[in-house]
Amino acid sequence: MVRKKSLREAYGRELVEAAKKDSRIVVLDADLCESTMTCYMEQEIPQRFFEMGISEQNMVSVAAGLALVGKVPFVNSFSVFTTGQPYNQIRQGVALPNLNVKIFGSSCGLSDAGDGATHQSVEDIAIMRVIPNMTVIVPVDAIETKKVVRAVIEYPGPVYVRISRTPLPILTEEDTPFQIGKMSLIKDGSDITIFACGLMVYQALRAREALTNKGISVRVVNVSTIKPLDRETVKIYSQGVKGVITAEEHSVIGGLGGAVTEALSNQMVRVERVGIKDVFGQSAQTHEELLEHYSLTSENVIEKAEGLVKYK
Amino acid sequence: MFDKSAFKHERVCFMEVKYLKKSRDIKWLKKMSKIIRTDILEMIGVGKKGHLGGSMSSADLVTALYFYKLNHNPKYPNDPHRDRFIFSKGHSVLAQYAALAEWGYFSKSELKKTKTLGSILQGHPEIRTPGIEANTGSLGQGLSIGAGMALGGKLDKLNYKVYVITGDGELAEGQIWEAANAANFYKLDNLVTIVDNNQLQATGQIKKRFDLGDIRVKFLSFGWKTFEINGHNMREIVDALDSVDEVKGSPSVIIAHTVKGKGVSFAENNYRFHNTALTEEQLKQAKDDIANIEA
Repeated sequence: MVRKKSLREAYGRELVEAAKKDSRIVVLDADLCESTMTCYMEQEIPQRFFEMGISEQNMVSVAAGLALVGKVPFVNSFSVFTTGQPYNQIRQGVALPNLNVKIFGSSCGLSDAGDGATHQSVEDIAIMRVIPNMTVIVPVDAIETKKVVRAVIEYPGPVYVRISRTPLPILTEEDTPFQIGKMSLIKDGSDITIFACGLMVYQALRAREALTNKGISVRVVNVSTIKPLDRETVKIYSQGVKGVITAEEHSVIGGLGGAVTEALSNQMVRVERVGIKDVFGQSAQTHEELLEHYSLTSENVIEKAEGLVKYK
Repeated sequence: MFDKSAFKHERVCFMEVKYLKKSRDIKWLKKMSKIIRTDILEMIGVGKKGHLGGSMSSADLVTALYFYKLNHNPKYPNDPHRDRFIFSKGHSVLAQYAALAEWGYFSKSELKKTKTLGSILQGHPEIRTPGIEANTGSLGQGLSIGAGMALGGKLDKLNYKVYVITGDGELAEGQIWEAANAANFYKLDNLVTIVDNNQLQATGQIKKRFDLGDIRVKFLSFGWKTFEINGHNMREIVDALDSVDEVKGSPSVIIAHTVKGKGVSFAENNYRFHNTALTEEQLKQAKDDIANIEA
């Protein structure tokens, strides 16, 4: 059984540690701090935690103002509320002037299973990715989440980070390098390359196990930075294979699958996308149920891989 | 595309020779507002759409801020202690460009390039322009940005103030009231909003198009200290700007009653000149009108 850890817990804890060392850090939340886990910041450094009420648009623009006077604001709510509700505030007020605002979207994808479509984000990567100057990061596990917190503080500019509500398998080590704009090879292979992000990296690894037993050699790459995408590495890993698969807990439109296919648009390689098929989510009792319902499992990855191998 | 060398030229001499000292001299301030209005006309020119109405209605407010009230110095544009001014109704930025050029934040020769390809003077404010403090133009965001700056000032125990001019039409934006609430909750007495209350939105009279009711009562109910003035009476403006300094524990709003297109006879109170191209005759008339304003 693989060890799982909460990403939001790691985020909340690491944010406090970072804020202790860096007085520029301020944290804003819109009445969800006990879910986003910025409650630790409120408990430990209350003077730099700001409850902004349920007003995400104001929260983002206030963060822009704080950035303009030298602060490093972290903006927090659920993914769907930190990207969709204040879209224009992010676009005009943060990204256009390239301000140092860090936008964290918690309960991303389908991970808020019970609350249903209104609280689930299937298009947040897409709408953040199309904004010029924006960086988009999807940490794969709790360890990488901590590195992401440290990296975005070092990086001067707007960043969107999506964080799952569900504890995820630990797939990296403390000393695994993380760099914004780089992807990491987790397992190598020669027939199929899977570019995955977030919880789908683990599903890709499970698929790899099954495919190896069937004689299909699979490479699994963790793409934690969706933007800027390391296009060169995407091309290199896509050469000489029978096909490429992208896997993400996000719409097949505009997310990791979109980014990878754009990067490969002038390459002779077949690409299959595993993701949510341009539909909204819905309520369910568990996250797992939803992942299965929306074809986000290792079985779906296996099916795509077998199809690609057969075609050749 | 963005030519950074463009504003270095002439900069120091403008600032040091001309207006390094701000003044409360009403006559002089009125003269400065004439210069601002003349510059606005230069930027609008002939045959190109330009936001004449709102730039003119806010021209006296902007003049009083830059030439009397704001603690700013183009020599030290990044001074953390400086006051901040945000034009939330960003389309009226022509008035601000004029004031910034007079101060030497960039060369006056930039004004005629306003809104041309590659110009440092965009159609709406951007921080890449020297002296501009925030990107605005998507209405409703400037007050929140100002609240963020004011919050930052409180955190750092700096004494600067943040001034935000909003339109009255802009107050229909819900975000304004989110910001109004937040500013009161966080007791941002270093935040001052000035409403350029010209009573016209782009498509007509606010009262008829989308009545906002009594905006003073609204701000009062959000916990703000309110002031009401004639936004073209320079003495009332500077007095109000001083009065807000006395307010402690809550943000202040100055509701400035203004006339859209103020100073240009055919454009006054005429919403059609919100963003319209002028003919050659109209521009000449407008210039004459401004020249004839008693200073």
